[in-house]
Amino acid sequence: MKFPLSWLKDYLDTDATVEQVADCLNRIGLEVEGIENPADPLRAFRVAKVMRANPHPQADKLQLLLVDAGDGPVQVVCGAPNARAGMTGIFGPAGAIVPATGMELKVTAIRGEMSNGMMCSLAELALGDDHEGIAELPDDAPKGMSYVEWAGLDDPVIEVAVTPNRQDCMGVYGIARDLAAAGLGTLKPLKTPVVAGSYKCPVEIRTDDPEGCPAFYGRVIRGVKNGASPDWMQARLRAAGQRPISALVDITNYVMLAFGRPAHAYDLARLTGAVVARRARDGEQVMALNDKVYTLSSEMTVIADDAGVHDIAGIMGGAHSGCSETTSDVLLEIAYFDPERIAKTGQALMLTSDARTRFERGVDPGFLGYGLEYLSELVLEICGGVASEIVKAGTPPLEPRVIQFVPMLTVTLGGVAVDDDRQKSILTSLGFHVGADWQVTVPTWRRDIDGPADLVEEVVRIVGLEHVVSTPLPRADGVARPTATPLQRLERKVRRAAAARGLNEAINWSFLPKAQADAFGGGAWSLENPISEDMKVMRPSLLAGLLSAARRNMDRGATSVRLFEIGRRYLADSERLTCGIVMAGEKAPRGWASGKATWFDAYDAKAEVLALLSAAGVATDGLMVMDEAGSHYHPGQSATLRMGPKNLLAAFGTLHPATARTFDLEGTVVAAEIYLDAIPLKKAGGLMRAPFSPPALQAVTRDFAFLVPETLAAGDLVRAIRGCDRDNIVAARLFDRFAGQGVPEGQVSLAVEVTLQPAEKSYTEDELKTISDRVIAAAEKQGAVLRG
Amino acid sequence: MSGIEKLETEILSAIEAASTPDSLEAVRIAALGKQGSVSALLKTLGQMTPEERQVQGPVINGLREAVTNAIAAKKAGLEAALLDERLASERLDMTLPAPEAPCGSVHPVSQVMDELAEIFADMGFAIAEGPEIEDDWHNFSALNIPETHPARAMHDTFYFQPSPLQGRGGSREAAEGEGESISTSLLPTLSPEGGRAQRMLLRTHTSPVQIRTMTAQEPPIRIIAPGRVYRSDSDATHTPMFHQIEGLVIDKGIHLGHLKWTLETFLKAFFERDDVSLRLRPSYFPFTEPSVEVDVGYSVVNGRRVIGGSEGWMEVLGSGMVHRKVIEACGLDPGEWQGFAFGTGVDRLAMLKYGMDDLRAFFDGDLRWLRHYGFNALDIPTLSGGVGA
Repeated sequence: MKFPLSWLKDYLDTDATVEQVADCLNRIGLEVEGIENPADPLRAFRVAKVMRANPHPQADKLQLLLVDAGDGPVQVVCGAPNARAGMTGIFGPAGAIVPATGMELKVTAIRGEMSNGMMCSLAELALGDDHEGIAELPDDAPKGMSYVEWAGLDDPVIEVAVTPNRQDCMGVYGIARDLAAAGLGTLKPLKTPVVAGSYKCPVEIRTDDPEGCPAFYGRVIRGVKNGASPDWMQARLRAAGQRPISALVDITNYVMLAFGRPAHAYDLARLTGAVVARRARDGEQVMALNDKVYTLSSEMTVIADDAGVHDIAGIMGGAHSGCSETTSDVLLEIAYFDPERIAKTGQALMLTSDARTRFERGVDPGFLGYGLEYLSELVLEICGGVASEIVKAGTPPLEPRVIQFVPMLTVTLGGVAVDDDRQKSILTSLGFHVGADWQVTVPTWRRDIDGPADLVEEVVRIVGLEHVVSTPLPRADGVARPTATPLQRLERKVRRAAAARGLNEAINWSFLPKAQADAFGGGAWSLENPISEDMKVMRPSLLAGLLSAARRNMDRGATSVRLFEIGRRYLADSERLTCGIVMAGEKAPRGWASGKATWFDAYDAKAEVLALLSAAGVATDGLMVMDEAGSHYHPGQSATLRMGPKNLLAAFGTLHPATARTFDLEGTVVAAEIYLDAIPLKKAGGLMRAPFSPPALQAVTRDFAFLVPETLAAGDLVRAIRGCDRDNIVAARLFDRFAGQGVPEGQVSLAVEVTLQPAEKSYTEDELKTISDRVIAAAEKQGAVLRG
Repeated sequence: MSGIEKLETEILSAIEAASTPDSLEAVRIAALGKQGSVSALLKTLGQMTPEERQVQGPVINGLREAVTNAIAAKKAGLEAALLDERLASERLDMTLPAPEAPCGSVHPVSQVMDELAEIFADMGFAIAEGPEIEDDWHNFSALNIPETHPARAMHDTFYFQPSPLQGRGGSREAAEGEGESISTSLLPTLSPEGGRAQRMLLRTHTSPVQIRTMTAQEPPIRIIAPGRVYRSDSDATHTPMFHQIEGLVIDKGIHLGHLKWTLETFLKAFFERDDVSLRLRPSYFPFTEPSVEVDVGYSVVNGRRVIGGSEGWMEVLGSGMVHRKVIEACGLDPGEWQGFAFGTGVDRLAMLKYGMDDLRAFFDGDLRWLRHYGFNALDIPTLSGGVGA
């Protein structure tokens, strides 16, 4: 909503400057988005008298003018044919910037004669299209006076962001009313125009859709002349951002901007029969004033005559019956449309307009009569003509809304103590009627007010939110308890552990291109209105985003990428917290000590997974390594980690080369996903650890080397050994794996270091032999043979 | 000079002259070995009379001690010299680079969320979460934004295509079977709109977590709800996905003054300055009444806007007293319970605090950016150590 200050002052009696007005608007909730003064670029230009005009000695078409703009005569070279001695014009001195061209004026010699500025045309000042010659001002314009001041152009335009609840402030008058209530001035009383009709309205007006159009007022004005609207009106419309079209159209726009009240003017000659507000028929079409054809449905209200639809009610008029220069008889319509109906129609047609914006927010149902008279008055004044009687079809919804208010609420809800009298006067100045026992009647233009809290807001915003006293929240007794849930705490630990291990945390889009979602099992959720096809499907895995990020980093010259992200995967039935890891490129760069660069392999992914699971509190010793990591992994270099066969905690491994290729990643890429929501959370309340005192006796180690079939999983062998004598064996660790010379074809040699912890006394040779036999037996069960 | 003194002088000078451990050993053997000169003298003590021994004993033993000490000292000296020589040959160029550990980092958004959690924990706010794939009721209707409400135009909402795969309401049991996981709590509950299939969307704000919290737990309530939100908007200063944090207090006797204090306290703690000033402006949000927009004073330092001071105001938060219709929609009695809610952008807070100027870079995963603006793993925000890093 944009308007010049002068328009506001038509309704508000105030001496306030534009800055004071803006401050007040911000304070009461009408946010000022900008103040622009069209006079600002013109301040340097002054009223000047041409004292003398002589021909330029070197050029036929130029003259030498002696110009006085208040500071004594200066010479100006001028090419305008109308420049002559004795005239009054507009002078731009050196240093001024010509608005139309952006050129700075300089003292310069033109064909050998000094020129100290320029006499300007209105076109050069961007004030009109008249290029014919320099502007001619009346002789009584005082020389030296600022031109904008003389011309009354010094009229700043204020732009206000009106929140959707304040339809009443989508007109200048409503803003004036709010400012008056805030004490910035006095609201001038509106004189009630009455335009008497001298004949019966020749058109039948009805509403057949009282739900969508409860009230439809109209009248005809005959014999109008629809030329251009007057300059003052055009200036205001332009300032408000409306293009002047013709007097009749401009008048309806002017009333809309002045009072927030849309209306419509039909060319009577284009109408046949009764003009009726009714539901559209399904499939019925209308060409609107924007020259687009809209197909309507029976959910929509229209204004139609016998021939067809002339107005998408409350949204946009029809092209056929719009007013033109040839219009001589006009039908003025001012109606009340149901806000929800307008909103739904506008949404369905995807059509926005100034009228819709106002109607769907709910215009003042009490303004129809006044609005029509005001419209009529302007038409008669500007276009002439003779008015008919007014026809009023239907009744606007005027049942008053009464709210039982409790003035104490301004302090108990609003946090500002305001005495009752002040509250009453604020509400009254905003148009509320405060009755006995604080029965507050809401004015017809405040559809947004429907409860006591709204009244609190009215009082508090006018009093000023700076009066809200900062009040500490009551503090709970005792020491603070954790406020994060166990899963949130787990998430933090995993994040910090990953960063500590050298991984960089990224945040990637939650949506993916469909092909990428498909490559990771397919997405269950597709957007209907994505920003682009690249952001269409909710990710079923975090890896795609990380791989794309890895690709972008490689494109920027990165040689080593370690990225992780903690976020949700979106499955058909849930959103699951997941940690994704991608490592690509060099694991370590070439260096003076080791020579060549090293590369990531599947075990690096395994190491990250185990470390992060461990940080999350999982006893990783007991996890099962199983297959089925997914088709995006290398089938022979990937695995899952499970807690029991069903609870999948993580998948990791080398990325399938085909998958890597779809992301343009070369070389080995390793990846992992940890399903954080599958990790069992620590039960609350258990802070005590299991009892423990370090053993008095030193642990001893024994090494065993076995020949095993190469198909045997080393993990199975180690697990078997670890578990064969729980009383004595506290650890079993694979420390060598060898195939080749000395090892039969199809077999590998695995060496395991077993750690034994004696309890009360040191082991005897016999005891060690017994344990050793158990280890060998357990290994043999796995198909291993002790090496000699 | 007696023979013994002469011998001592000879041996000591031989020790002195020894230049290697081997030659020293030869001297030792010659003096103290079985056949050594000193050993021979010691042997003579046995044949002496007690009187002679009384005189000669100390002299000969003294000789042995002097020689032994001199050899030990010389040996230590030779070894030290040898060690020095070896160490001199082991000199490394200490300017050569040490093995590098990869340098990880925590994303600024995560860091700021942890900071906020810390600050609000001190004020007794728990951390609540909700689904990002929301239903219409929680995202709009329950927040007093009916379908025809003009405020819906303020949200550029992403909607989902209906799909036979989706059956969130019906799959709760399956999810519960998988144990204690977040997914259970993230499932949209069936709304009071009769459980009919609702249009699913990506939440446009964290405000639906207000509804989920109020319908799931009894007041008094103090929560913050950080998380991803989505709007169909993409330009230099908007990304289709970003982060918000919501705050909600529902209790008895809560008013705008409490809201103001809470925001002041939070912003002062977050920006670690006492000169953070707030300007409340009346505004409009469908789910609060009165609604308040909060501007924060800033100053300009080296051409950058820094929170604190009062050279200008910038809009940072939206807030207000929770609308009675919202409280009612959650099944609470607005006559008994009232409170405030606020929301702000986490990415924006991070930018204002740490000086990033491009929102889009937050979601690009550029390692150079992550390392520059990211945080060390151990920069864990704490109240005792400060929430900024």
